[in-house]
Amino acid sequence: MSAALRLAILVVVLGCLYLFLAQPYWFPAGVSSQSALIDHQFKIAFLVLGAMFVAGHLVLAYVLAKKPHSGGQASTGNWRLEAAWTIAITAIFFWLNISGDRLWSSTMESAKQTGQIEIEVTGAQFQWYFRYPGADGVFGRVDAQKFAKADEGNPLGIDPADQAGRDDIVSTSMVVPVGHLVELHLRAQDVVHSLFIPAMRFKQDTVPGMEIHSHFTPTQTGVYEIACAELCGSGHYRMRAEVRVVSKQEFEKWLKAHEPVAPRE
Amino acid sequence: MSRLHHASSDPVPTSASITLAPARNNLLRRYMFSTDHKVIGRQYFFLSLAAVLAGAWLSLLMRVHLVWPKAAIPFLGEIKPENYLAYLTMHGTLMVFFVLSTAPQSGFGTFFLPLQLGASRMAFARLTAAGFWVALVSFLVLMAAFFVPGGPAGAGWTQYPPLSALASAGPGQGMGTDLWLVSIGLFCVSSLFSAISFIATTIKYRAPGMTWMRMPLTCWAWFVTAILILLAFSILLVALAMLILDRHAGTNFFLPGGLLVSGKPVEHSGGSALLWQHLFWFFGHPEVYIAILPAMGVTSHLLSVFARKPVFGYKAMVGATLAIGALGFMVWGHHMFVSGMNPYAGFAFSTLTTAIAVPSAIKTFNWVATLYGGRIRYATPLLFSAGFVSLFITGGLTGPILAQPALDTYLHDTYFVVAHFHLIMAMAGLFAIFSSTYFWFPKMFGRMMNERLGRLHFWITLFGAYATFMPMHLLGIAGHPRRYSDLTGVQYVAAMAPLQKFITVAAIVTISGQIIFLVNLFWSMKKGPAAEANPWDCTTLEWTLPSPAPAQGFGGQQPQVNHGPYEYNVPGAEKDFVMQGRLQPAKADRNAI
Repeated sequence: MSAALRLAILVVVLGCLYLFLAQPYWFPAGVSSQSALIDHQFKIAFLVLGAMFVAGHLVLAYVLAKKPHSGGQASTGNWRLEAAWTIAITAIFFWLNISGDRLWSSTMESAKQTGQIEIEVTGAQFQWYFRYPGADGVFGRVDAQKFAKADEGNPLGIDPADQAGRDDIVSTSMVVPVGHLVELHLRAQDVVHSLFIPAMRFKQDTVPGMEIHSHFTPTQTGVYEIACAELCGSGHYRMRAEVRVVSKQEFEKWLKAHEPVAPRE
Repeated sequence: MSRLHHASSDPVPTSASITLAPARNNLLRRYMFSTDHKVIGRQYFFLSLAAVLAGAWLSLLMRVHLVWPKAAIPFLGEIKPENYLAYLTMHGTLMVFFVLSTAPQSGFGTFFLPLQLGASRMAFARLTAAGFWVALVSFLVLMAAFFVPGGPAGAGWTQYPPLSALASAGPGQGMGTDLWLVSIGLFCVSSLFSAISFIATTIKYRAPGMTWMRMPLTCWAWFVTAILILLAFSILLVALAMLILDRHAGTNFFLPGGLLVSGKPVEHSGGSALLWQHLFWFFGHPEVYIAILPAMGVTSHLLSVFARKPVFGYKAMVGATLAIGALGFMVWGHHMFVSGMNPYAGFAFSTLTTAIAVPSAIKTFNWVATLYGGRIRYATPLLFSAGFVSLFITGGLTGPILAQPALDTYLHDTYFVVAHFHLIMAMAGLFAIFSSTYFWFPKMFGRMMNERLGRLHFWITLFGAYATFMPMHLLGIAGHPRRYSDLTGVQYVAAMAPLQKFITVAAIVTISGQIIFLVNLFWSMKKGPAAEANPWDCTTLEWTLPSPAPAQGFGGQQPQVNHGPYEYNVPGAEKDFVMQGRLQPAKADRNAI
């Protein structure tokens, strides 16, 4: 039984190693300025903790071996040993923690940049809306309860009386220029949603009653999927959108093409 | 009947009432409305068994639906998205509350805490009994949701508002959610009853000589868990009341203004959706320790018994248990790194979360050191305890990844988290429930379980647990969000269908393997070989009693404790262990409060 148990532990370890080394599924290629940092941090944590996983199981298999009785009183503990492994594990875990906190601070810190793109993101059951402020750079006032009419082209409920809202562009996909900081204003119309862009290593809940600010900088053109990551109802699984990262010129062209033809009434 | 209450200050039925009571009534009192903690412990055990069968069935339905969405299930037909969400909500609720919080603490704890402390009853016998009956009603209310219009709640076991606060937000958000809230409210009340009794019993009912530092680690775990229950479930109860008020009394705790749900304005304003998340996780994180501390306690206990060695670092283990209990209340924000909580709070919560990993690691080191150099007896309880340690290492080591806000940002609400908590809480907890069952079965039912079936059950469950949950890490790393009822809505998710299929097959095999356990359990109750008083050569006081533990507990006798709980392999001793204490004729009724 001892041998079988130890063999089972080894099989488990080898199986897990295969899974994580073969990596049949893994991170999508990162295409934002923070993705390389996050991937690096994950890799370090993964290697350190993976080594502890293997070592821990090898030690477990070792102590589960059948031993002839050694005689004498068995140890009831050893404070020096307790102190040693406590200090060692504390050092490892807090080293990971501190490096993780430094990364958190660098990804969350928002420094305004010239040429940054402002987009308001609104989650609604089960659709994402992306609003651009238009030429005036100001988002128009929104009152979903009063003005929102999805079938009349005003799903967010932009106040027709507000001048600032007349040139706002509302889209169901996000279009951004490559290399520019994208500043997001995240809102939700009904329940909590979560804007998840795996390729950008970006996720942020959108919470009704709050406007949350977050940002990322795309580094590569292409089309990337957006998923909803917070359970929002029966259509949660299909609350999908795309972010299209294009050149600055194409972005300007897209904005121009999507300017509201007639001011909202 | 009066014999049962020898050590009690409860009003004892008078001889007149006994002669008048028909025999059937006696039977009811003895097996149904009993205040005997051993009957109540078994009742909780069977309640958990019913819940785990329902919960496992729901997980099978979900797994099958994910990879064969068109499959028609007998009696249910094709599973719709709202059905799937109802299943996942009920699966989580059943497993977290009625299995992981119930079996290790209320089941084995109610049965064995008094016996291990050397008492014949719980401190508040009728409160303990009431705890069970309220839990049973809570379970029935929860299950009733399958039979109401719209079906059970579909907002997940975490019930985030506004989704959970508005009937208009989805099919299960009407009566199903009301039943859920009432059910879990009742469960809170039941848990509070039970916890008060656990705490009083531990403080007041220890036998002479049973000092704090002579308590088995199981008792320490049950005691600290009871304190966590008292603090955490009272918060949940309040939060549930607030959510019920928001739904039906027009209050505005969790609902902000300006909501437009299903095209209709919602007449609420001024509330905060995040407030619920803070309250819920202030309960919810201690809750995972409520589930796992008793499991840790029993694992420490069993490794010592079956390695025939004292627990390595008993005092460090007690300290780690207390540290986990205290820190458990300071880490709730790590569930909310992407919730919109102030990012500065992320630093505090990630640091505190890292801190709680340290006592957990200390426990793991001590388990391994307890096994080291032992003359191990490879019985089924040892196998499941070793499995617990393995799962605890595996599931635990993804903790320091998820504790980092920058990494959690990506992994939050993906299958990576599902893998993490299923390994460290669900599977590790389940392994401890299994080890406890195989170990204490003789004392609970008077017979031995079948070893051969027990081992077979272990092998299937060990490989099954790893095969099911390890691949989920990869899904999460590839960005697969959890709680998706369908893989076709998002293209990169659809690409992961082959691995999802593998997981479904692994889950079907693992769950089917549990039939072996059920057969062993019920067959052994009737036909297992009769158990001796102390079949595992243990030191603790429950093994001084005959098997099954008699209704009167220690009867007219009083345990006198002279030894620590883990005196195995003692040189010069008659056997390779020394019992904690011996039974002496009782002098006075010291248990009366």
